[in-house]
Amino acid sequence: MDKQTKGVLFDPLFNNNPIALQVLGICSALAVTTKLETALVMSIALTTVTAFSNLAISSIRNYIPSSIRIIVQLTIIASLVIMTDQVLKAFVYDVSKQMSVYVGLIITNCIVMGRAEAYAMANKPGISFLDGIGNGLGYSMVLLVVAFFRELFGSGKLFGVELFKTVNDGGWYTTNGLMVMSPSAFFLIGGMIWVIRVYKPSQQEKE
Amino acid sequence: MLEHYLSLLTKSIFVENMALAFFLGMCSFLAVSKKVETAIGLGAAVIFVLAVCVPLNQLIIVSLLKEGALVWISPEFATVDLTFLSYLVQIGTIAAVVQVVEMTVDRYAPALYNALGVFLPLIAVNCAILGASLFMEQREYSLGEAAVFGVGSGIGWALAIVALAALREKMRYSNVPEGLRGLGIAFILTGLMAIGFLAFSGIQL
Repeated sequence: MDKQTKGVLFDPLFNNNPIALQVLGICSALAVTTKLETALVMSIALTTVTAFSNLAISSIRNYIPSSIRIIVQLTIIASLVIMTDQVLKAFVYDVSKQMSVYVGLIITNCIVMGRAEAYAMANKPGISFLDGIGNGLGYSMVLLVVAFFRELFGSGKLFGVELFKTVNDGGWYTTNGLMVMSPSAFFLIGGMIWVIRVYKPSQQEKE
Repeated sequence: MLEHYLSLLTKSIFVENMALAFFLGMCSFLAVSKKVETAIGLGAAVIFVLAVCVPLNQLIIVSLLKEGALVWISPEFATVDLTFLSYLVQIGTIAAVVQVVEMTVDRYAPALYNALGVFLPLIAVNCAILGASLFMEQREYSLGEAAVFGVGSGIGWALAIVALAALREKMRYSNVPEGLRGLGIAFILTGLMAIGFLAFSGIQL
């Protein structure tokens, strides 16, 4: 793997994380993280959509008139999301029911739009595809870390497998009620940003 | 009947706040909440677009996409179910409405247009708009309910962003750890506000 490919794939993980640094795509990141299972499905769905929308938009980038490019991009992305949604409904129906409207909201996920606009419109299809995968991975990393903490401490389980026996089932672990509620996701992401920025001071904001 | 609408309105503003309970529209929520003035402008625009888009999408879904909705063209279409197209159609409607709003505001209220600047076109990709439309579809609201729900979720979102902007303006005077400054502390603030809004949950009117 040459240097450029490597950079495109792995930079979005820590150096240029779409959620922690660019503030993109947070909406869905928070709502589907109460369980690792939904977070994983969401990550795979988003990575697929980002990668293929980058590929498609990049291959027709020279034929898109710039005045209507947003609509063209939205149409491509929406079609990909419809496909993803149908696949999810067919193969993992329960998870797709739990994620309710958040699958559809991949359309307005700023990571997909942002990468299409910032990268795919100016680069070749192959490398744009990798850029989509890289940013999808950056997003997935944040999602999975948040979901890990929320599911483990909120219900004592990981992927639905019980690790800590809860008090309700006659065990020892008192579940942390805050972790299953929405505010905990904000605290966890805030904390993650803090940790990343302590190790990478160049990302700190000066006011 | 009126009571039902009033309860739906209160519910969509406080109990099921778009930003703080469903995390919708977070990107612009965090990016545009540095000043109260711009937050108010964006909030007003979002209320307006939601109030137009949600009922419009409801009409389109019920009269064009639902199974059997196309019978008025010919009885042969009774089994046609186009709901799988709803994402594409809804985002199209939203993009079109935002475009029309932008042109109208530019023509008749240039001062407001300049004040809103780039935020107006950006509303098209605000997840709160599409999110409200999708919730409306999922919960099968009637046209009246959809209109009330649209206005309510818009007001709720605007309320949340103005409150966060006010808090962030005050934050300038506090001593925040360096790594947390800016985005990090905004997340934690939003989390605290969400806890505040949790107090409304479970309220039945």
